Amino acid sequence: MPESYPREHIEDLVDDNLEWSELHNMMSDFKDADRFQQVRDVLQERVDWDDPIVIPYADHLYVVAKSDDRWVIKCDCGHEFCEHDENWKHDALINVRDTEEEYLEIYPEDMHPHPDYMELREYFCPGCQTLLEVTNVMPGYPIIHEFEPDIETFYEDWIGEPIPTPETQSA
Amino acid sequence: MSSEQHPSDASGEKEYEQSEESFPRMQEEKRKVQTKLENGEGIGWEGQSLREQFEDLEEKTEKTGHYAGFEKLSLKDENPIEYEQMFAQLRGELVNARETSKEVAATPIVEQEGELCYGLFTPEGDSIAISTGIIVHIHTMSEAIKYMINHDYEESPGIEPGDIFVNNDTHVGNVHPCDIATLIPIFHEGELIAWAGGVNHVIDTGAVGPGSMNVSQASRFGDGAYYTARKIGEELEIYNSWKNDFPDKTRTPDFLKLDERTRMTGCLMIRNAVNDLIDDYGIEKFKQLSREAIEDGRRGFRSRIQKTMLPGTYRGASFVDALYEGQKNLSRAYASENHLMHAPSELHVREDGSFQVSFEGANKWGWHPYNCTPAAIQGGIWVMLTQTVIPNKLVNDGAYYSCDFHLPEGSWANTQNTETAHAYAWHFLVSAWAPLWQHLSRGYFSRGFREEINSGNANTSNWLQGGGIDQFDKLHAVNSFEAACEGTGARYVDDGEPHAAAIWNPEGDMGDAEVWEMTEPLPFLGRNVKPNTGGAGRRTGGAGFESMRTIKDVSRWLLYEMGNGYMSSDSGLFGGYPAASGYILNAQDTDLKERFENGEDYPQSDLDPESGDFESKIEGEVTRRPEGISTPKEFDDYDMYLNYLRGGSGLGDPLEREPEKVVEDIHDGYVLPRHAKDAYAVVVNKVDDEAKHNSAVQGEWELDEEATEELREERMEEREERAQPVSEWYEDERLRIRDDEDLIEDVKKTYESSMRMSKQFTDFYCDFWELPDDFRFSLSEDAEKSLENRFKTGMKKKWKNPTKSHETWLGVGRDDEPEVPYTWTSERSIQDLSGPDASFETPSKEPATDDD
Repeated sequence: MPESYPREHIEDLVDDNLEWSELHNMMSDFKDADRFQQVRDVLQERVDWDDPIVIPYADHLYVVAKSDDRWVIKCDCGHEFCEHDENWKHDALINVRDTEEEYLEIYPEDMHPHPDYMELREYFCPGCQTLLEVTNVMPGYPIIHEFEPDIETFYEDWIGEPIPTPETQSA
Repeated sequence: MSSEQHPSDASGEKEYEQSEESFPRMQEEKRKVQTKLENGEGIGWEGQSLREQFEDLEEKTEKTGHYAGFEKLSLKDENPIEYEQMFAQLRGELVNARETSKEVAATPIVEQEGELCYGLFTPEGDSIAISTGIIVHIHTMSEAIKYMINHDYEESPGIEPGDIFVNNDTHVGNVHPCDIATLIPIFHEGELIAWAGGVNHVIDTGAVGPGSMNVSQASRFGDGAYYTARKIGEELEIYNSWKNDFPDKTRTPDFLKLDERTRMTGCLMIRNAVNDLIDDYGIEKFKQLSREAIEDGRRGFRSRIQKTMLPGTYRGASFVDALYEGQKNLSRAYASENHLMHAPSELHVREDGSFQVSFEGANKWGWHPYNCTPAAIQGGIWVMLTQTVIPNKLVNDGAYYSCDFHLPEGSWANTQNTETAHAYAWHFLVSAWAPLWQHLSRGYFSRGFREEINSGNANTSNWLQGGGIDQFDKLHAVNSFEAACEGTGARYVDDGEPHAAAIWNPEGDMGDAEVWEMTEPLPFLGRNVKPNTGGAGRRTGGAGFESMRTIKDVSRWLLYEMGNGYMSSDSGLFGGYPAASGYILNAQDTDLKERFENGEDYPQSDLDPESGDFESKIEGEVTRRPEGISTPKEFDDYDMYLNYLRGGSGLGDPLEREPEKVVEDIHDGYVLPRHAKDAYAVVVNKVDDEAKHNSAVQGEWELDEEATEELREERMEEREERAQPVSEWYEDERLRIRDDEDLIEDVKKTYESSMRMSKQFTDFYCDFWELPDDFRFSLSEDAEKSLENRFKTGMKKKWKNPTKSHETWLGVGRDDEPEVPYTWTSERSIQDLSGPDASFETPSKEPATDDD
C-alpha cells in the first residue's frame, strides 16, 4: 500500500491516462493518506484561474476561496455560480425533457420514462454550456440541494490543515 | 438430519467418536443446559437470561460508545496474528459452508445464481463474520435473533442445543418472504455462545400467484406462507409437524425440501467450525474475538469514511412506479390504483465518520407487495455499503453500529403494519437507495478517490415469474434469476459493467440457458445485449440484456412481469443520463410452431422496439406496452415473452465521450446507430451492411471526425438557445404548481401522501415554491379515498416488547442532534406530525381491513 502515490500517477488519474489494471490496483489497495491534497494540487495547476481550490465539488465544479471567509462555487471555465453553501443549480441554465419527442432523442420508444410521471432536468453551465447534472424527478419536484460539505470540520478535524485562502495561495 | 449419521461427522472431535449417541457433543450440551435451567439459571453467559445479557450489551454499548463496552481491542492489539488467524479461519469456513452446501440445492436460483449466504452471530444476534452471497441477510437474520430474544423464546419454545428455527417474516427480520432463514444456536458448557444462520431464496412461497415474488396481492395474506421465527425441530431432528406442513404451502415442495437441507448443511458446517475454533483457542478467546470483531468493524467503517469522504449533508430523491390501475386478477378492488414510490434520501456524515440516513418525506405504504420493513431497509443499505465503503472481509454488524436510520413509521419504508404486503420489497428498496450511491460518490469525488465513484445501481428487473403444470406434468413455479445480471452504473474512470451483476447479489450471474431450460418450460429463442439500456454519458452505464423465451409443453400456465416502466430510478451523475426504463412485450396465439416446421424466420430479439422487426416475424396477438408490471395471465405453448434486464446509469456529459468509443458502442450492441447523433453528437456512416461484430447488431460503421466536431460545436450552441435560466423556469413552474395545473392525479396523490406523512416535507415543498401555508393539491374522490383508507388503517406492530435500543429508526442521533437529522429545511420533530390528517402517530380506532 502506498502511503502516497507519485505525483505523476495522480496526474494520470486526473487526466484519465491510467490503465484498467492500475485503476484496479488503486481500488484494491488501502487508500493513500494524501490523495485529497495531491488531487487538489494537480487540479489547481489544470485550471486557468488563480482562486485557491478549497474542495473539488463535482465534475467541473469547485469550491474556491475568494477571501478568508468567502467561498464560492466555480466552474473550471471560470464561471462563478454562488456562495459555497447555496445551490449552484439555481444559477444554472436548465432544459427540461418532458415530452415524448424529447425523450426519443436519448432513448428508444417505450424505453424512457413517461413524461407525465417523470421529467429530466438538464443543468448547464452558463459559461461553457457543459452539461453538469441531469436529474430525473416527478414533475413539480423542488430542486434538491445535493451536497453541503462541512468544510471547516473537514480541514480542522479530519486532515488538520488550514483552509486555503488567496493569501496562502500567493505566498 | 438422519440419526444414522456417524457422530464424528457432526462433532468434528475425536473424543466423541466412540459414542453411541448421534450428535454426542450436542447431547452433552443439552444435558448441561437442562441442568442450568433446573437450577434457575439462564442460557446466557454466567447464568444470565438471554434478554438480560442483551440488555446489558445494549447498555454498555450506549454508555461507552463502543460495542459491548470494548474500548480496547486487547486480543487484536496484543496478539494481532492470532486475531487475524481466528477471524480468517471463521470467514473461510463460512465461505466454505456456502460453496459446499449450495451443491445440495436443486434450484438454479441457489446453484447457479448463488442466492444463499451464511453468517455467524453473537448470542445477542450481532453478526461477527459472514460468507459471500446475498449478504443483505446478515442483518435481517440478526433482527430475527433479536426478535426471539425480545419475545422470550428462551422461556417458550426454549432455545437449546440442537434446536432448529426458521424465519421468513419480514416484520421480524427479512426483506421478503421468499428468503427463508434457518438459525441454529451453538452452545459451549451450557452457555449460548453463537448462532449459525443461513438464508436462501426459494422458488415459490405459496402466494396467491405462482413464483417467489407474486405481484397481484394487496396485503400480507396474499404474499405466501409466513413463518415467524418458528422452532421446527430439536436435537437436530425436524419435527413431523413441520415436515408435514411446509411442503404443502408451496408449489415446489421438492425444491424447498432440498433448500432446507442446503441451509442445515451450511449451519452444521459452521457449528463444527466454531467448535474446532474453541477447541484450538479456548472459549474465552472465542468470546473475545466475537466482541472485538464487531467493535473492529464499527471503527473500521468510521475510519474508512473519514479517509474517503467529506463530513456534511448529502441529499437526493428517487422514484419508481407500480401501476395497478386496470390490472386484472387483483385480490382486492381497492388495490386497483397506481402507486409511485417517493424516497427522499438524506445522508448526514458526522464528524466522527458515522452515518445518519433519513427517509423523512417518504410517502405512505400501499396495497401492493413493494412495502419495506426496517430490517429490509437496513439490510439493503448494509449490503450496498459492503460493496463500497467496506470492500474487505471485515464485514459484520460493526457497520450497522455506525449507522443511524430514520425511517418514518407508516411510510412504505417502515409500515409498522403486519397487514402490508412485501413480496417484492426490493422494487422500492433498490430504487430508494439509488441516491445513496451518489452521496458516496460525491464524497469520493471531493476527496480525489475517483476510482471509487459510481453513478449508482438501482432497479433490477424484469422478473420473469409464473407457474402452472410444467413439461413434466407437475405443478411448478418459476422465477428466472437472470435479473442477477444487469448493467451496472458508470464509474468515473470507466463505463459501467455490461450485463454483469445485481447489487443485492455480489456474486450474481445470469445462469446457463440450458440449466434454466431444465427447470423452466420456457425455451430460449435468443439472448442478446440490449442496446440503449445503459444511460448515456461520458462514461456510459453498463448495458442490460434480453432473453426471448417461448413456452412449451405446459397447461394452466401463468406468467407475469415485474419492473419499472413509467419511471427510471437509476439516476445519472455529473451530467450522465438515467438508465432506460422498462416495457412489456409478449405474443400469444402465435404461428411460431408453423414457423419452426416450415423453417421460417421467427423473432429472437427485440433490439430496437421501434424497428418493427419483432412484429414482422410473428403472427399473433402481440402485447407491446410501456409499463413494467403485469399481474399473472395465461400463456400457452408457442406464446412468447421478452425478459428485458435493465442497464445502469451514465456519468458525465455525453458530449465529452470520445467519439471512437461511440463507434465501439454501436459495434458492441450498446448503442443504436441513430442515437450516436442524438445522444452523443457523433456522426457515423455505415460502410458495410454485412459485417458482424460483438453483438446481434449487423453492419460496420465509421466515424466522421470532421462532421462530429462540427456537430458538437452546433450542439453546444443549441444548448444555449434551448435552455433558460433556472430563475425564469422557476417562475413558470411555480405558477403551474400553485394553480394546480398539468400535474396528473398519480403525481399529485404522491405529493399529498408525503405531505400528510411529513410536516418537514410539506414545509420544504411549500417554502421552495413559495406556496401558501395551507396549500394542498386537489385530488379526485377516488384518490382521497385511497389515502384515507391507508392512513386510517393505523399501525399493527410486530415487536411487542423490544429492548430499549431496538427501535433504531426512532430517536436516531445523539442528544445534541435534532431527533430527525437535518432533514429538509424546517424545524424538526417527528412528534409534530400528529394531527387530523397525519395519523401515523396516533393509530386510528377504525377497524382494519383484515382480509385479502
